[in-house]
Amino acid sequence: MALIDLANPSRFLNFTERVLPWLAGATVIGFALGLSQAYNAPDDYQQGATVKIMFIHVPSAWLAMFGWALMSAAALGTLVWRHPLADVAAKSAAPIGAAFTLICLITGSLWGRPMWGTYWVWDARLTSVLVLFLMYLGVIALHRAVEDPTRAGRAAAILTLVGAINLPIIKFSVDWWNTLHQGASVLRLGGSTVYPTILVPLLDMAVAFTLLFVTLHLAAMRNEILRRRVRTLRLMQAQSAPGS
Amino acid sequence: MSALSALFMRDLRLAVRVGGGALIGVLFFVIVVILVPFAIGPDPNLLARIGPAILWLDALLASLLALDRLLAADYEDGSLDLILTGQSALELAVAAKAIAHWLTTGLPLIIATPLLGLFLNLEWRTSAAVALTLLAGTPALTFIGLIGAALSVALRRGGLLLPVLVLPLTVPVLIFGVAASNAAIVGPLPFGTPFTILCALTLLSSVVGVVAAATALRHGLE
Repeated sequence: MALIDLANPSRFLNFTERVLPWLAGATVIGFALGLSQAYNAPDDYQQGATVKIMFIHVPSAWLAMFGWALMSAAALGTLVWRHPLADVAAKSAAPIGAAFTLICLITGSLWGRPMWGTYWVWDARLTSVLVLFLMYLGVIALHRAVEDPTRAGRAAAILTLVGAINLPIIKFSVDWWNTLHQGASVLRLGGSTVYPTILVPLLDMAVAFTLLFVTLHLAAMRNEILRRRVRTLRLMQAQSAPGS
Repeated sequence: MSALSALFMRDLRLAVRVGGGALIGVLFFVIVVILVPFAIGPDPNLLARIGPAILWLDALLASLLALDRLLAADYEDGSLDLILTGQSALELAVAAKAIAHWLTTGLPLIIATPLLGLFLNLEWRTSAAVALTLLAGTPALTFIGLIGAALSVALRRGGLLLPVLVLPLTVPVLIFGVAASNAAIVGPLPFGTPFTILCALTLLSSVVGVVAAATALRHGLE
């Protein structure tokens, strides 16, 4: 069975029904591994145990950007290739990405209070991530504003592609501006500057978070496909009702 | 007269005539500036310090509220369908409408800025700097608003959807507009740096906004 066969919604539903339990299991194992490694990681010499907020804050930030990147790829699938499930994928990814962005903002804020002395500062990284969160909410609002799901999907696809400009701004904000937020220390030219005892739990947590995203996303896509089928059935029923 | 210039002149004339709503945007601009001292107190030093920011926020809100006129009216009376099926490229037609919209909405704001600088206790140099940055930045606001207007054109009661979609995209314009205004007065930063970035934002949004709006109209109004 080729990957393209998954474009058929029924085949997609069958496939995900078989795959999702395994993905959920892998997610649980990933979190068990990541959280135990995070628990056993050494305290930072300056920040103490507070540094362990990073094991939740950084992966959720990565997933927040990954969510919008996924939505942008889905948007291209909708507009350019007319992939049948692309707008389903985009619509399902938006609330999950928004949730990860919110987790990133809240954990970052809680981390900033002991470290920087403030819950919030208007520097480039925090501001651009807040704008990303607002754009997520905007896409969700646009999906809910238009009645027909296909038309809503196309409108949201355009908005997603326009908003994708924010992703490189977030990534490079700590380089382009004088920010309070920590500079790039994992994905940078010249390799990571994080010591392995902290880097390994961080990457394991990132894998666990990604598995969580994929699991939730596929489950949400299933729900969206079923929701659209219910809607179509209701419309057909209303059309054939006596008196219409 | 080509189709595009006919469309352009039509939009200009409609905006300026009764019911067009061109100058009411300026009235809103003036009213909000007058409201600010009621909210934050009449201290002249405070008003002078945040004057450029008030004028920029006000211009942003005024251009946002005027976006209603851009596409919705044409959608309602069917002219948008004629434009879509017309002979000129949709991108160019949409760009012509956006430029006409800016001339009747953005330009009056810029002309009103020096007068409002008096209300906010700004020096002439400051008012001139703000007006110059508004001149460079309000086209960007129009083009970015064009995207939101095209996305929400077919909605009967869009409500606040249009501002929610458009405002996050206008944040860079606001940041650099106010930075350029302040740089002209206080600046260790030279005026040119944020100002050229502001001009770049306008040029970028003129392309991205027009293409995105045309795509949205094509897909949204089958």
